[in-house]
Amino acid sequence: MKRRFPIFSTLIVLLAAAYFLIPLFAAFEFSLHMKRGYLSFAAYRSVFHSDEFISTLTFSAVASFAAILLGAILVVPTAYWVRLRLPKLRPVVEFLSLLPLIIPPVVLVFGHLRLFGTGSFLPLTMSEMGTNILLVMGYVILSLPYMFRAVDNGMAAIDIATLTEAAESLGASRWRTIVDIIFPNVRSAIVSGAFLTFSISLGEFVLASLLNRPAFGPYMVQLGQDRAYEPAALAIMSFALTWLLMAAMQAFANRKPGQRLLPRIRSSASTSKAQ
Amino acid sequence: MSFLTLNSVKKAFGANTVVKDFNLSVAQGEFVSFLGPSGCGKTTVLRMVAGFETPTSGAIGIDGQDVTRLRPNQRNIGMVFQAYALFPNLNVAQNVGFGLRVARMPKAEIDARVDEMLRLIGLRDLGERYPFQLSGGQQQRVALARALAPKPRVLLLDEPLSALDAKIRVSLREEIRSIQKQLGITTIFVTHDQEEALSISDRIVVMHQGIADQVGTPFEIYNRPTTRFVAQFVGTLNLLDARVLDAARGHVQVGETPVALNRSLNGAGEAISLALRPEVIALGQREGHDVTLSGLIRDVNFLGSVIRVRMEVAGHSISLDTFNRPDAPPPAVGTKAEISVAARDLLVLAD
Repeated sequence: MKRRFPIFSTLIVLLAAAYFLIPLFAAFEFSLHMKRGYLSFAAYRSVFHSDEFISTLTFSAVASFAAILLGAILVVPTAYWVRLRLPKLRPVVEFLSLLPLIIPPVVLVFGHLRLFGTGSFLPLTMSEMGTNILLVMGYVILSLPYMFRAVDNGMAAIDIATLTEAAESLGASRWRTIVDIIFPNVRSAIVSGAFLTFSISLGEFVLASLLNRPAFGPYMVQLGQDRAYEPAALAIMSFALTWLLMAAMQAFANRKPGQRLLPRIRSSASTSKAQ
Repeated sequence: MSFLTLNSVKKAFGANTVVKDFNLSVAQGEFVSFLGPSGCGKTTVLRMVAGFETPTSGAIGIDGQDVTRLRPNQRNIGMVFQAYALFPNLNVAQNVGFGLRVARMPKAEIDARVDEMLRLIGLRDLGERYPFQLSGGQQQRVALARALAPKPRVLLLDEPLSALDAKIRVSLREEIRSIQKQLGITTIFVTHDQEEALSISDRIVVMHQGIADQVGTPFEIYNRPTTRFVAQFVGTLNLLDARVLDAARGHVQVGETPVALNRSLNGAGEAISLALRPEVIALGQREGHDVTLSGLIRDVNFLGSVIRVRMEVAGHSISLDTFNRPDAPPPAVGTKAEISVAARDLLVLAD
């Protein structure tokens, strides 16, 4: 029996897509009009040629990578230990990891400033490096809900308790087990968490602005106030970057062990059979 | 001399005592099965030998060394899990070589040993495969090879066949047994499947509510069960209530029929339970069968080579097996029939 073409659902999809795509297209179209009378990528060129663009993007990228690293070091052993030894505490830890979604970043940053400001027991804001550390710590906290969830789900997908016992019965120490067995098996989960962390931190405004760091978020906002065409170009680029990250996340998350990111032509037939 | 010893081992989780006063000594190279229903404590005992649980009291020794307080990674034991527990990020060869890499063995020796192990389990060509590309039976063989590669002192198998389908289960258990004999490794095998335990063990420990009810060879366990639980758990068993007429001479009465057991029943109460296996009962008279009981045929199942008959004898349901004979059709349901057994095949159960 042949089903009728689903007109109604298709219409809804098209409408929703239009709602999302038309403004995007409008912004893109607008960003091409910097030179009067004809279409060009002048706005993009202008953005790329600005030193501030390069320096703020680099700063934010480095800060984001630091946040990813610190977040993974914090979250992976915690999630592992909670699942293995303290399963009763899991709801508590989960709730704690969700707190950054409830508490606005403004509150967070003022808390930071009070705790680590001038005259505190650890005056991190006194030095540039200290402030950078505060910023990275803030990013770790902001990305905690996503990082913890991703890693925790990754651990739920494998039987970490039995894998740990198997490794231990083969003589491996706890540390060795985490490094050789647990970490590689939740790697795709960590990578997903990392991409989410990256996309949050890269354009983050509140923390960077209030800590007065030369980050990408404040630069974008400043540019939006000063210029007309460049912000549209920046918006389009940041969308493209986000989509790229999403695609990379999918690719990593769905990868089977031993499989290449892009399958080799020669062996593609044999691997597809095994799956 | 015993190689693996468990001395009055006890384990309690809070107020719940799972293992009570467990004693066992296993000789080097012996294959011992822990058999029992789920929750009987068999897996807990195994996990205490492995070091994943610490006994509440008691001691465990391997090869003269007290390992009770030793961490699992210091015990040099090999373990195979029900869920295979292969490392998904490593291929077959890397899985098998994991214990050797942990032990910092030189690479050439690791490669040689991995190759030897893969040949032992008959998966030499699959070294490059990843666990998700293998069938359940193959995965469990790899898990066995991985456990055996570092030459452990004791091999522990925790229901390794439960997750597999029936055919593989039988072939793999034979393979496990033959590899175990070949290597002469002391092995403990946990299972709830009596056929599995009977078919491959040197000795069986039947466990029930945290206690080893009976320890013995499969032949002893099946033919001379010492407790009612063992008798009922291992194999199919028919039970008959009997009244003791003369304890010293072993005269009892089943229903209205007097039966001479020809052995002393001193110490037994007035009412006892007699147990008999389906295969010792004959339909009609047979030479050497000195006890005859009459009953009614309630049900007949033709299973091919075997015919399983269910009868009602003295108010009890009795099932018996007879071999199919082309010249004798199975008995009809509802007819009266006689059954006979040898008095020595009637087991007297202690409660």
